[in-house]
Amino acid sequence: MKLLKILAATAAVVATLSVVQAEAAPVRIGLVVKALGIGFFEAANKGAQEAAKEVGDAEVIYTGPTTTTAEGQIEVINSLIAQKVDAIAVSANDTDALVPALKKAMDRGIKVISWDSGVAKEGRLMHLNPSSNPLIGNMCVLLAEKVLPEGKGDFAILSATPTSTNQNTWIEEMKKVLPQHPGMNLVSTVYGDDLADKSYRETLGLLKSNPGVKAIVAPTSVGIVAAAQAVEDQGLVGKVYVTGLGLPSELAGHVKAGSVKSFAIWNPIDLGYSATMIAYNLVKGKAEAKPGASIPMGRMGEVTLDEDSTGAMADPFVYDAKNVDEFAKIF
Amino acid sequence: MQPLIRNREFLLALVVIALIALIGLRAPEFVTPGNLAQVFTDTSILMMLALGQMAVIMTRCIDLSVAANLALSGMVVAMVNAANPAIPMPVLLLLTLVVGGALGVVNGLLVWRVGIPSIVVTLGTLSIYRGTIFLLSGGAWINAHQMSPAFIGLPRVEFLGLPLLAWTAIVIVLLVAAAIAWTRLGRAFYAVGGNPTAAVYAGLDVGRTQFAAYVMSGLLAGLCGYLWVSRYAVAYVDIAGGFELDVIAACVIGGVSIAGGIGTVGGAVLGALFLGITKNALPVIGVSPFWQMAISGGVIIAAVIINARSGRRRGRLILREAQAQS
Repeated sequence: MKLLKILAATAAVVATLSVVQAEAAPVRIGLVVKALGIGFFEAANKGAQEAAKEVGDAEVIYTGPTTTTAEGQIEVINSLIAQKVDAIAVSANDTDALVPALKKAMDRGIKVISWDSGVAKEGRLMHLNPSSNPLIGNMCVLLAEKVLPEGKGDFAILSATPTSTNQNTWIEEMKKVLPQHPGMNLVSTVYGDDLADKSYRETLGLLKSNPGVKAIVAPTSVGIVAAAQAVEDQGLVGKVYVTGLGLPSELAGHVKAGSVKSFAIWNPIDLGYSATMIAYNLVKGKAEAKPGASIPMGRMGEVTLDEDSTGAMADPFVYDAKNVDEFAKIF
Repeated sequence: MQPLIRNREFLLALVVIALIALIGLRAPEFVTPGNLAQVFTDTSILMMLALGQMAVIMTRCIDLSVAANLALSGMVVAMVNAANPAIPMPVLLLLTLVVGGALGVVNGLLVWRVGIPSIVVTLGTLSIYRGTIFLLSGGAWINAHQMSPAFIGLPRVEFLGLPLLAWTAIVIVLLVAAAIAWTRLGRAFYAVGGNPTAAVYAGLDVGRTQFAAYVMSGLLAGLCGYLWVSRYAVAYVDIAGGFELDVIAACVIGGVSIAGGIGTVGGAVLGALFLGITKNALPVIGVSPFWQMAISGGVIIAAVIINARSGRRRGRLILREAQAQS
């Protein structure tokens, strides 16, 4: 009898304790990145920690493999499952390879989302894109408008290869919004094939055959650097501006030289912040990840999911002389 | 002496001039002295690499690793410069030559001492050198703001209207021309490639001559590594990706025989200029990017056909007659 009583009491205490623990335990979110030690993801972690601090009862476990491999990420995911985290937010090294591991996680009640680089639909509840094609196209046009005198004049596009899907989609989106900007005249689209020397030569050719061009939009990180260098070498700083998509560390020097006034790319801090907020809200049941749903992301507003349960975070973030040095240290 | 009209370099020079004139009809702004100087500057690196490649091809070998060597040497000096901007430029120039030369030594030793076919050796070292850049840099870029102003500025220093980059090419062309014409080694390139067996009887070490050609190609690739990185003010794993094909194409257009033993400095330089002019002109005259590749390719094949015809030997004709009679 006595033994039974003790056992029962212990059980009760344990039960109470675990209930208490369950209430007080923070939401544990595993932030899985492509590889550790990459500036972009370190910055995303900074945003994730900010989100955790903001909500108060969340803990971010920042983890990832040492090299960008799917195998490494599967190992990391399995260990997160063993740790019984509440949510996993992953930037995947492989669209399909992670699906079985992530399915296993979801079977155990873990909320799985992907961000930055997505996984196939079966392996996640939703995917957060840093931006969307229409937003990127629109931003590129706005950036060009900003450097054209009074927002009017000739500009050109320096792309990657004529067959690169991303660039072609963005250029299409740019052309869609152009009619809203009368006075802006797209004179030519040239292709640098994402090779520094070809992009440089194409820029020279562009400036020669279209001397009226005042702005060059390069939605490719190799192209924008080469175009900026070509403009500097031609002594056209202040007359022709280069803009587009690029990384702060790669463009800091050209912003200083004056050939680039401003450019855009996603802000990794915001991205990590938003992914964490979404994961937290899904765990807390404040939102559900299904097509058409809106999920709050704290200071970043809301993300609306499309039929693939994919959503876009925001406009690309604009970098200029004021903030480029600060971000150049990050990525 | 051959009559001038049968001289391959003379013909090629005519073709180059005709090409410039043709472009001038469509885009007069291309033919201004300032722009032609720019085209020459842009072609400088290709020209220097073509000279190194020519030496290798003449000895019946090939160097597929030139672009990878260029990229690795360039990355090394860029990283050193980024880590310690105080290191003076002469030291960095020496470093890029040492790195490039050492990579050439690796190629040369594998061909000479281990006796592996050169295409296999350099196909392997191409990947190894590219991979090494990734290991060194971790895939990160070295960007303009990490390089010192002197590092970026040196090839841009102007002297008599031409930047130092173009002058470097001119000096190298003269040096190589002198070396090929007047040194024992220069003549050995022809002898070894033209008839290896006879070369051995003449007391020439075939493997050693090939080794020397690789070291020369490596040294030039090393020098171009620095020049490339500072010209485009960026260093990353893929710089000059596929450039080795341009270099070989320049040699072939310039009349360097892939079978070895035939080639001239003038030819290689004109071949490089021909490619450089085409590459620079196509964007100016606004040719569709899809056509650009086809045109470049067509031009290479046309040049080779012309070269092969002018290089055809009498002996073949006799054979054909013999065949017709039988």
